[in-house]
Amino acid sequence: MSGMRSQEISAAMLVADGNKQQLGQGKSSQSLWAEGWRRYKKNRMAVISTYFVIFVSLVAIFAPWIAPYSFDEQHMDRILQSPSWTHWLGTDALGRDMLSRLIYGARMSMAVGVITALISLFIGTIYGCISGWMGGRVDSVMMRVVDILYSIPTLVLLILVKVIFDSVNLFTNPELRALTGILLALSVVGWVTLARVVRGQVMQVKEMAYVEAARALGSHSFAIVWRHVFPNILGPIIVLLTFQIPLNILFESFLSFIGLGLQPPFSSWGVMADDGWRSLRSFPHLMIAPGVAIFLTMLAFNLLGDGLRDAFDPQMRGR
Amino acid sequence: MKLVSRLKENWKFLMGWGLLLGSLSLVVMSFFALPIPRALWWLTGSLAAVGFAHYTFSQNLVVYVIKRILEAVFVIFVIASMTFLLLRVIPGGPFDTEKALPPEVIANIAAKYNLDAPLHRQYSDYMLGLLRGDLGESYKFLGRNVAQIVGEALPVSLQLGVYSLILAFMIGIPAGLFAASRHNSFADNATMILAISGVALPSFLIAPILIIVFAFWLNWFEVALWLGPEYYILPVVVLGTSPAAIIARLTRSSVLEVIRSDYIRTAKAKGLSHQVVLYKHVLKNSLIPVLTFSGPLVAGVLSGSFVVEQIFAIPGLGRHMVQSVTNRDYPLILGTTLVFSVMLVLANLVVDILYAYFDPRIKLS
Repeated sequence: MSGMRSQEISAAMLVADGNKQQLGQGKSSQSLWAEGWRRYKKNRMAVISTYFVIFVSLVAIFAPWIAPYSFDEQHMDRILQSPSWTHWLGTDALGRDMLSRLIYGARMSMAVGVITALISLFIGTIYGCISGWMGGRVDSVMMRVVDILYSIPTLVLLILVKVIFDSVNLFTNPELRALTGILLALSVVGWVTLARVVRGQVMQVKEMAYVEAARALGSHSFAIVWRHVFPNILGPIIVLLTFQIPLNILFESFLSFIGLGLQPPFSSWGVMADDGWRSLRSFPHLMIAPGVAIFLTMLAFNLLGDGLRDAFDPQMRGR
Repeated sequence: MKLVSRLKENWKFLMGWGLLLGSLSLVVMSFFALPIPRALWWLTGSLAAVGFAHYTFSQNLVVYVIKRILEAVFVIFVIASMTFLLLRVIPGGPFDTEKALPPEVIANIAAKYNLDAPLHRQYSDYMLGLLRGDLGESYKFLGRNVAQIVGEALPVSLQLGVYSLILAFMIGIPAGLFAASRHNSFADNATMILAISGVALPSFLIAPILIIVFAFWLNWFEVALWLGPEYYILPVVVLGTSPAAIIARLTRSSVLEVIRSDYIRTAKAKGLSHQVVLYKHVLKNSLIPVLTFSGPLVAGVLSGSFVVEQIFAIPGLGRHMVQSVTNRDYPLILGTTLVFSVMLVLANLVVDILYAYFDPRIKLS
């Protein structure tokens, strides 16, 4: 399953392993970034994963030009075919080319994953910064809200939010309408963990000497957060982002698989898995193709995130 | 006389083992679908209650526990209110049909489900019902109330979740320990590649592979429903894979951390064998951080159960929630949400207390 809040666990490992905020402490941050980058390039798995992620992103962006057919083009004379030269991955029950659906699926899945991760990152960072920086009563009220959202299992919250947004028709365009529910649900749900972690990081950085110095020099709170705190928690935030994207891709596919996500004829990997599930016994290739696509993408993102964490967290060196 | 005094000395020890044995036999018996005697439930339950009470009182945790319970009640109250109000104000409902219903029918339906009262009245009625354990009446399953439906589905989901977590710990901890004890070797790398694959594997890829191999080819297990051990194994394995992988990774990194600490160096220096150091000193201390993540693990298993219940047609809570969304059965959506939240809140409370129990350095306040 891995509906696990894996990004939270990775983030917690990051904090637990004593990210002492070495960036910006003493040495100039430039050299630390460079050193981290050098270490990252030595991690072969992470580099391969980076290429794979770039490959999937390119496929997603150029889907209409790469795909041999359209995602909803039916060939009723060629239904449920095994892989062949005309249809590399075969066709599904409606005679649609599986490879094309996989490519368009990459477009939908990646778009959903990246957009929602960015939105929740934006909300979570601002929320976490405010909460961590202000401290005191503001912090405890803001964290209480987070605790409440945290007490609902992620998928339950996703379903609830989606039910609510689906009943409000914001758009008339069917493609946008199919996507808004999912996009909003994943964004609304995803920021909670990020806010928690960002808050923890801000509270650590807040105690640093350079922040005190900036305060003593009379800088505004906003300026300090923007110029001193934020750059110093950027590393963990980027690592979190690389874990949030695959998590959102996975949740999108979960939702689509249980029939509450993207609706046909649109194609995402979860929708394809759901379609394939119906004819598993006779035509397992319909299920395996999207499953493998999700697996490889998740794996690449996770390895990439691990690589980034190991490279930019000096405490983790040599593990 | 001697026996009594020895019992008096060792009662905590005996209770601990009794509790462990009791819960273990409960799990095993429920797994093999054996009839469980009432007495066993009562015995294990009371042992747990007495142990918990003793721990809270002896550690002066009464105030803390009461505070946490009140907080939990508050959280559930807020979730119930928000969900209730949001589901009531959104347009559309299960009674919208293609053909407009006669107004008398609509009025009757509204009266039956208390939808004609003003909103604050509906709200207060629902909340008072909650106190009595009444979750309202299902819109779709006529004549059955939500509490009944949830009551049937909850044990199934609990079984699925508990077995998966047990499996995850049983595989994850040894795997992590194994990898860490052979740090940077081939075995270590192979285990970790397996673990990260386990994190990345979506359940709807593991499930078909297992089903094709173990159900279609070997004919060992059943592929749907929830009727006995041969039905349990595949869903439990599918749901347990990812938590097992995460536990393995956590255990490994935690063990590596502990191995480098000074007290382990001391233990080695005074000539303890490798095995004793590993099992007695390292493992004990490195499991504490793993325990902390049981909260998120429970949350993950609850979320994952949706997909697994869908795949294996298991009549659990997740499946009911998915169906109630398709049916727009709002009382059932609300009921399942609340039950899920209560489970998660309780799990977090238990984990926090266990955490303090196993790591006395932690002060709960």
